[in-house]
Amino acid sequence: MLRQRDYSLLGKDGERAVEMGLAAADWYLSEVPRSELKSLMRRSDRIAIRDTLLWLGGLILFAGIGIALWPSIWSAPFWLAYGVLYGSAGDSRWHEAGHGTAFSTQWMNEVVYQLGSFMMMRNPTAWRWSHIRHHTDTIIVGRDPEIAVMRPPDAIRICLNLLAIPNAVQSFTRMGYHVTGRLHPEEATYVPEQEWNKVILESRIWCVIYALTIAATLWWSTLLPLMVIGLPSIYGAWHHILTGVLQHAALAEDVLDHRLNTRTFYTNPITRFVYWNMNYHVEHHMFPMVPYHALPRLHALIRDDLPEPDKSMWHAYRQVLPVLIRQLRGEDVFLVRELPDSAQPYRAELHNMI
Amino acid sequence: MAEWVEACAAEDIEAEDLIRFDHGDFTYAIYRSPNDRFYCTDGLCTHEQVHLADGLVMDNIIECPKHNGRFDYRTGKARGAPACVDLNVYPTKVENGRVFIQI
Repeated sequence: MLRQRDYSLLGKDGERAVEMGLAAADWYLSEVPRSELKSLMRRSDRIAIRDTLLWLGGLILFAGIGIALWPSIWSAPFWLAYGVLYGSAGDSRWHEAGHGTAFSTQWMNEVVYQLGSFMMMRNPTAWRWSHIRHHTDTIIVGRDPEIAVMRPPDAIRICLNLLAIPNAVQSFTRMGYHVTGRLHPEEATYVPEQEWNKVILESRIWCVIYALTIAATLWWSTLLPLMVIGLPSIYGAWHHILTGVLQHAALAEDVLDHRLNTRTFYTNPITRFVYWNMNYHVEHHMFPMVPYHALPRLHALIRDDLPEPDKSMWHAYRQVLPVLIRQLRGEDVFLVRELPDSAQPYRAELHNMI
Repeated sequence: MAEWVEACAAEDIEAEDLIRFDHGDFTYAIYRSPNDRFYCTDGLCTHEQVHLADGLVMDNIIECPKHNGRFDYRTGKARGAPACVDLNVYPTKVENGRVFIQI
């Protein structure tokens, strides 16, 4: 029988997590020699600039062709490609630059972070702190503000998320708080007070940009301005939702070992480019200082200590969906991923609450 | 009264790297800069008490391994979120190839 959970950051499960020592706890780490880790952690402007130019170049190219062919149906595939680079690759760039690991030059990380945040409709400052909490308390109920698939799963919300609709509603609701000089009560639990003015200023600037985009749409009586700014966050979100759901869905909650609550899967080079290698997600959570381009090397180094990765996204969904369906029926089930014989065993003393 | 404590050999720390040094109830981080100068700060990140010794030294910056908070290890100044509170810094000296910190 499914235990009722309170995923809000202000509820009783958050208090329970603190009482049980699950908040800001020590997590399991695979062993990596210091010299190897130092080499893996090195950032590279060269690689990140190359990949960012490819990304921005793709955005300009596909938007340009989409505009040139508008309103013909032949523009649709180019909007689809533009949307994925905007509403999905924007997510991975937001994420990597937010960690400060994409470029070795910090202002470049900041520029890409601001751009990615805007594309994903995520307030840069509020979401920076939200993601910090996600790394501190990964899938700890009542502590982690970024649990995408809860128990029982909200099937309608997950489907709507393929068009980023819940995200857009939440973004504009919170923007409403910010422009009126307030933070949402949940945000106030993880954003330090000295950062609140930044949150408010960023949201006010964004409101002006969106207002100008809508004004241009009305003035020229064409949807094109919104096709370029705003709507691609919605029509291009599907890729980052399909990859992002797999990060933690159907795995354990309230544990202190990323091998139990996070998933690595193999996938094709295009998805890896859009997702900036975040399919190596166990590795990313264990060692968040390792840049995206070094994650395959890190994976090769520690794979004997990790569960076997899913062979593809399709393979992963074939494991995940039956579990989510059983959770929808009220069963308190989740996947426990088997470790190879070479791995350090799961530490029961860390997980005796599951 | 501050005292000088022998912490390690100079050669124990590679250039542009750091090590952890525990003394009494406290933990410290001792750094060797790219130009071979030695520095010492608190050993735990002021954000969530993670050992900085597992982090990455880049020029004069130490980056926390958990959330990528950054500090200038020469001054202890917090240089990037989520690090908001500065680290304490401690004087160092090198004598006969040994690193001492004043605590």
